[in-house]
Parts: sequence; C-alpha cells; structure tokens
Amino acid sequence: MFTHFFYQLRREGVPVSITEWMTLMEALGQGLAESSLSGFYYLARAVLVKSESHFDQYDLAFQKYFQGIATPEQLLDQVSKWMENPLPAKMFSEEERNDILNKLGLPNWESLKEALEERMRKQDGPHHGGNTWVGTGGNSPFGHSGFHPGGIRIGGESHGQSAVKVASERNYREYRNDKTLGVRQFEVALRKLRQFSTRIDGAKDQLDLEDTIDETCKNAGQLKLVWTRPRKNAVKLIVLMDAGGSMAPYAHICSQLFSAVHRSSHFKDLKFYYFHNCFYDLLHLDPSCSPRRAVKTYDVMHSLGSDYKVIIIGDAAMAPSELTMIDGNIFWDVSNEEPGFTWLQRLAKNFPYNVWLNPIPEKFWDRVHGSHTIKMVRSVFPMYELTLEGLDQAIKKLMVRK
Amino acid sequence: MTDELIYQGTEDYIVSKDLSNSVNISVALKRPLLIKGEPGTGKTVLAESIARSLGLRLIVWNIKSTTKAQDGLYVYDTVQRLYDSQFGGQNVSDIKQYIKLGKLGEAFQSEERVVLLIDEIDKADLEFPNDLLWELDVMNFYIPETGETIATKHRPIVIITSNAEKELPDAFLRRCVFHYIDFPDQTMMEEIVHVHFPQLDTILLAEALKSFYWLRSVSGLQKKPSTSELLDWVQAITIGGIDPDKIAKEIPFLGALLKKNQDFDLALRQLHLRETDGTSRASRRGW
Repeated sequence: MFTHFFYQLRREGVPVSITEWMTLMEALGQGLAESSLSGFYYLARAVLVKSESHFDQYDLAFQKYFQGIATPEQLLDQVSKWMENPLPAKMFSEEERNDILNKLGLPNWESLKEALEERMRKQDGPHHGGNTWVGTGGNSPFGHSGFHPGGIRIGGESHGQSAVKVASERNYREYRNDKTLGVRQFEVALRKLRQFSTRIDGAKDQLDLEDTIDETCKNAGQLKLVWTRPRKNAVKLIVLMDAGGSMAPYAHICSQLFSAVHRSSHFKDLKFYYFHNCFYDLLHLDPSCSPRRAVKTYDVMHSLGSDYKVIIIGDAAMAPSELTMIDGNIFWDVSNEEPGFTWLQRLAKNFPYNVWLNPIPEKFWDRVHGSHTIKMVRSVFPMYELTLEGLDQAIKKLMVRK
Repeated sequence: MTDELIYQGTEDYIVSKDLSNSVNISVALKRPLLIKGEPGTGKTVLAESIARSLGLRLIVWNIKSTTKAQDGLYVYDTVQRLYDSQFGGQNVSDIKQYIKLGKLGEAFQSEERVVLLIDEIDKADLEFPNDLLWELDVMNFYIPETGETIATKHRPIVIITSNAEKELPDAFLRRCVFHYIDFPDQTMMEEIVHVHFPQLDTILLAEALKSFYWLRSVSGLQKKPSTSELLDWVQAITIGGIDPDKIAKEIPFLGALLKKNQDFDLALRQLHLRETDGTSRASRRGW
C-alpha cells in the first residue's frame, strides 16, 4: 500500500526507514488518517518526517505521488443526499472491531477506490446499517458513524482544504538544509566539531564516584576521595578567511559563519586569519589585509601543532598567475618568493585536518570564472560549498585524517 | 480510534488543527511526540494544555546540560548509605530506602495515567536520547540494586520538546511522532492575544500586530520576535496607554520585542527608511 510513495520520499531525499513506514501502516490500520487525503498528509508527515528541513522534500514527493487525485464534487453531492437521516452513530466494542478486522483484513486502497466507484454506479438510494452500500452506522467500507478497518469516510465531517493543495504551497521551502541558513544553524553544525578527552591537562577537580567507592571499600570503609579531570573538548581550530573583492557578494553568509564560529565557546583554541585570494608568506589579522597587522605564515605553522584543524573560506576564483607565479600576489607592491600554490600545499601538509569552504554553489564550480584555479585548489584541499549541508560534510571530514 | 482521549486544545491555549492531530496520533500510536519550533511558540505550554484538557497529572522533567538518562530513572544514594552505615546507626541492609525514583520512574509508577514532559531534550549530551530508547519503548526498567522492575501501570503520554540546539540521533527520531509548530499567522495570532488580553481594543491590536509582523519581515534580524515577546509588548503598550496611531510610526518599547543590539539598530534604521520613503514598506533592502 502506497509503497511507491515510500520510494518517492526516499528519492526526494527524505530519510524514511522501514520502522517508520510500519508505524504509518499501523496508524492507517487504526483509521488515524480519518480516511481523507489531508488527514493522510498530516499523519504521514508526523510519522515519517523527523525534521522541518525535510518538510519541503516531503511536500514535493506528496505532490508528485498524489497529483490529480481530487474528489469529484458532483459525486459528493449525490452521496451526501444518501447520507441524510443517518442512523445514530453505532458504537462498536473492541471485540466487535477485532472480529470485523479479522473478517475484512486491512484495506487495500486501490481496490477500495475501484469498489467505491463501482458501488457509486450501482447504488440508487440511501442504505443504512448494512455492510456493503454507502450508508451510515454499518460496517461497509463507505459511509460514516460506522466502523470498517480503514474505510472511506463520506460526509459526517466537512472536507476541508485538499492535502495536495497544501503540499503544493510548499510552505517549508525556507527550512531546507541544502539552502544557506542563519547564524544559529551554523552554530549547531559547528557544535558537532568536538572531540572529548580527559587526558588533556587541567586541574583534577571532579569527584570520581566509582573510584571513590572502590578506594573507600579497599580502605576498610574509611572515606577516601578520588578526583579526576573533567571531560573537555580538545578541538583546536584555525579559520582562514578570504577578504578579497570577489568575496563581496558573499559577505552576508561569511559574516554569519564568522559570528557563529566566534560564538562557539566550545573550542579549546581558535585562531582567525585573513588573506586576499590566496595566502603567501603573511597571514593577516584583520580583513583590511594590511601588511602591518600580519603574522608570518611560517611562524603560524611552526608554533601551532598539527592537531589544529583548518577551515579555509574563500571562492578560490582568481587569476591563475596568483597561484602559479613568483610575485603573483594581487597586491602589486607585495612580492612573494614562492608561488601561492606551494604555500597551499605546505599548509595542507602541515595541518592534515583541513577543508575549504566555497560560497560559490558546487554546480557552478566547473563553469564559473576562475574554474581553473578552483580545480587547482581542490587538488590540495577537500572543497565543500558554504551551505549548512556543505558545512556538515566538511566537519565530518575534519574529524578524520584524510 | 480505540482511545477515548482526544485532545482539542484548551481555552487558554489556541491550538492549530494539525497540532492537535499530531497529539492525537501520538496518543493513539503510543509513541512519544517530539515538538520543535521557533522559541516562544508555546512548546512547553502545550504539555500543560494537554494535561489540563485530558484531566491528567503533568510530570515535568527539565533537562539540563548535565542531566544523565539515569537521573530520570532512579538515583541510588550511595553516599547517604555510606554515611548511615558509619554514623547513623540505622539498618542499611534495606537498599530500597536509598533508591529515589527520577521523573521517568515517577511517571511509570503513577497509579493513574500521566502526561510526561521531557523539556528541552537537546540541552543534554548527544548520547542522552539514545540512553532512553529502551525505556521509552518498553516503558519499564530494572533496578539491579534491589532486583525490582519498575513497569508502567498506564502508559504515560510523552511529550518531548527540542530547540534544535543539537541534532537528535536517528534511532531516537524513528520512534517519535514529529511536529513542527509553525509560527502563527495573523488571524491565529489575534486569537492568541485575545485569550491573554480579552479586554484589548481591536484597533490597538490590529495596529500592534501589523507592526509586529512588519518587524518579523525585516530581513537580517538575528532573533525574530516571538509570541511571548509580542504578549509582553502588548502588555507594555496597554499599561503605557499608547495611542494606536503612534504604534506603527515609532514602535514604542521596541526593547520588549528585540533583545539584541544589532537587531535594535537595524530595526530603527528600517523604521526610519520606511518613514522617509513615504511609501510605507517599499524598500526593505535600502542599505
């Protein structure tokens, strides 16, 4: 039942599991969808989708699968006439329900739909209390105030907005996680960048209860306290940010990432440097990239251990000469004795945990102006696009040595 | 539906159709309901409302960054026992008196059905939800110290809220029914404000909401004002006796709505732009 919908969801990228699908089947068996498409829409969403960032994909899948299903109006009018003067709502006990459930089994939507169409053609007037025709109070699959395991409710409650219409409004487009998002979401992503360790230095100021009990027992019941170091995040991070002119269009997202990184207080150490297009023997301390406020790249590499993780943010789009030539630096009056590419390789070798985040969307990397240099940079650093999804992947990459 | 408990909101808590649906689905399926949404959309209050509407007792388990899953089940007070054995002179052979049930244990042991709210589950350590999987699935747990099994007499209705500060593990999510509380639209917001301030002037309310939704639409705000901030603000306006005409023009008591310096400056700039432009909300990106 609806199996294609399951695969449609997975095709759209909603991570639905078999467990959740079985739960949905159970819910349908209990009649929780109220036998209406919009009921089904909300039920399936509540059971199958576990993050608002997948709501949009869900809407798309729903739209594709259920397109063209709408209730013909005149059919409804006709049936609602039959439903006038209904029997009082019949209460079914648990046993009766189970009886009926065993007798009829779980419904099959396709055959149910066909059966309804056929009965619509044959039925000529109201039938109440029976088990075949559209009516009330019986256990026919069609009608209301009766019971059928997952029959189609007709009348009894108003048909509201069609679910396909709700789905096609795509109200949750904003929440997709392959879209670039705000500071808060970046912070959440950065929080994954952590590695707990108790072996790092620090005061032993936490009571180790287990060991205290052990030691006390060994000490013949005289209390003996054992202290331990608290678990702390051991991740140290270097962020290198391109402050060049070609980055201007991405200033907003970069500043969001910037504030997210700065607000994350869980890193053991955090260094921030700037460069213009490519870095050479100097790394700058502020975005203006003036040589007076700068440190030597060599000093950084020698003073910081190789356990620092490096995130580089830049569009990697520049003139090829800036990467390959001596004195290729974009600033005319600043010379460099070694080409930028050598510096990239040197840094990557010195800090084996490294990623490059590019604000240009991945699908344009081959076509955009500067695709040549992007390709060269990618040969040195693993590159991800600067979106929430890209950052997630980048952080996963940072946790393992490449 | 076999379950006679149907939730439809309470008079002081306006609930959307799909939210009450989700609540009923989770009750019928006997799964925990995971609630997410912008801060201030009433995630925590929902549990109170459910408890009141169904006439059940509410047990709240507030999660902090130091909370361990074990705390919710039971705590074995070893230190007290040790103390008693050395100085108390009591009989310490009965371990039961040193077992204190946590909130989850309390909910399991309750004589009648209860609503259990696990508030802000994302505050705890990443592994926290995983540690609770089994207990929430089978609704019982074993205390090795006493050899007892604490099992539910009546399966509690479990509501879990999250502010999305951390991703929750997939295995945990698979077992939940999920609902995302949308930010209420203007008509629903009117109802909500009306519930809290029944005597509020309609013109004043309309003006306040107009400014409020304009403010939310300003792009680049770090923290958008939410329902609870709107309620504070409306109260400030009524106490201050502000003229409705003035609200749209200068948004008095802006500090009640915006809590960050940059947001404050940005809003003032936009407000100024809107005024000087003449055409009320023409340029939102003038800078």
